Amino acid sequence: MIALLRRDLKLAIRAGGGFGLGLAFFLILVVLVPFGVGPNADILSRIAPGILWVGALLSCLLSLDRIFQLDYEDGTLDLLATAPLPLEAAATLKALSHWLTTGLPLTLAAPFLGVLLSMPSGATFWLVASLAIGTPALSMLGTFGAALTVGLKRGGLLVSLLVLPLYMPTLIFGAEAVRRGAEGLPASTALLFLAAITAGCAALLPFASAAALRMNLR
Amino acid sequence: MSIWEYANPTRFMQTSGKLLPTVAVLSLLCLVIGLIWGFFFTPDDYRQGSTVKIIYLHVPSALMAINAWLMMLVTSLIWLVRRHHVSALAAKAAAPIGLTMTLIALITGAIWGQPMWGTYWAWDPRLTSFLILFLFYLGYMALWAAIENPDTAADLTSVLCLVGSVFALLSRYAVNFWNQGLHQGASLSLDKEENVADVFYLPLLVAIAGFVLLFLALVLLRTRTEIRIRRAGALVARERLS
Amino acid sequence: MPDLGKYADTVLSAYAISIAILIGLVALSVWQSRRARARLAEIEARRNAAKSR
Repeated sequence: MIALLRRDLKLAIRAGGGFGLGLAFFLILVVLVPFGVGPNADILSRIAPGILWVGALLSCLLSLDRIFQLDYEDGTLDLLATAPLPLEAAATLKALSHWLTTGLPLTLAAPFLGVLLSMPSGATFWLVASLAIGTPALSMLGTFGAALTVGLKRGGLLVSLLVLPLYMPTLIFGAEAVRRGAEGLPASTALLFLAAITAGCAALLPFASAAALRMNLR
Repeated sequence: MSIWEYANPTRFMQTSGKLLPTVAVLSLLCLVIGLIWGFFFTPDDYRQGSTVKIIYLHVPSALMAINAWLMMLVTSLIWLVRRHHVSALAAKAAAPIGLTMTLIALITGAIWGQPMWGTYWAWDPRLTSFLILFLFYLGYMALWAAIENPDTAADLTSVLCLVGSVFALLSRYAVNFWNQGLHQGASLSLDKEENVADVFYLPLLVAIAGFVLLFLALVLLRTRTEIRIRRAGALVARERLS
Repeated sequence: MPDLGKYADTVLSAYAISIAILIGLVALSVWQSRRARARLAEIEARRNAAKSR
């Protein structure tokens, strides 16, 4: 299991910039927003939580088709399916490595990008906490979407259509937590809901992803 | 005699062929009666004026939009557990109808919202969750369209339907948390406290029956189409082999 | 025609659009059904002809 995780991480870091790409996309998105809505600090600080969450969501989306595609093409996925390691565990590991290469860097980079959008400093803690709690759910859901479309040649656009509606509850609670945090309201309820979504995803979605993989490999 | 007999496509085609004209005529009858009764012979609401007449389209279509998804959920489960092809094809057939119903509910709601709330669209929980439902239908149909092997497509869309149901429900309650709404409460419920008044109630029931029957007729028709397409595909494949 | 008052446009457009969409869906379904039936009939006719030969 550890070997599989290590292999995935190595591949993600070495193979052609998939690792940095999501982060760069996040940065560009955040830079683009002030050009779109104007440099007014009041407006920017109001919309910063939402922009950062939507940006994180889209950056997660960007790297989804890499989760299974390479393994599917070179046959590694067939080996994984017949290996003694249950496919559910493999799916969980894939989601974990996706989170380590996209969700975690995004979480760490978000406070600095928050400064660019003149986010109130009180919200920084809530931003990092909500991203740290919420992005694993995004990776889990993304793995499920990638598992559904693994056999398709042009799956990239379809994945977005399938996964984005699934992302909505996570986005709602995540952005809400930061917004309430920014306004000095109690935000821990939203954070708890977010944690519940992540826990539920971690418990159930590996089974759905593994089922989808088996259907695709049959 | 059990419902599983209809898992046999031939049996299904026979029975549905006999049933379809009756259901279609009944649905047309109910729709015409319900809508004409509602449109011409009900009084205006004292607050909403004549816009209350939109209720005969809005509530039934919204109801069917949700029930179509529920039906897809049930048929998907049947396909996953018992592998009856008719069931999977019925789910595929129901999706465009559900999409249309969602669209009608959204459009009539927007038109109704303009004079009543002063805006076509508000990010109200009920409106938002219908928009999310619309996106779910789109994704489901896109997945069906994208996969070539019909059995794999049926499998994967069924799994998507299961997971999607959980998240659609989750979104429904998440948006409550996110914004309190303008939309009034349920129009119909078993405890009659906050129901619509009786004058509107009866034609509404007829209109709902019409929409349910219309949904049934369309599902039967579209499932028959899917079965025929599948059989044609199988026959062509056999021709190529020999 | 009942008196719709100042909301006539609203109500009529809601009815018109909804009924148009419903008719569109029914027409599409019927058209698809006809096409599938014709195609299947053609294939089965070909098959029967091949068999009897």
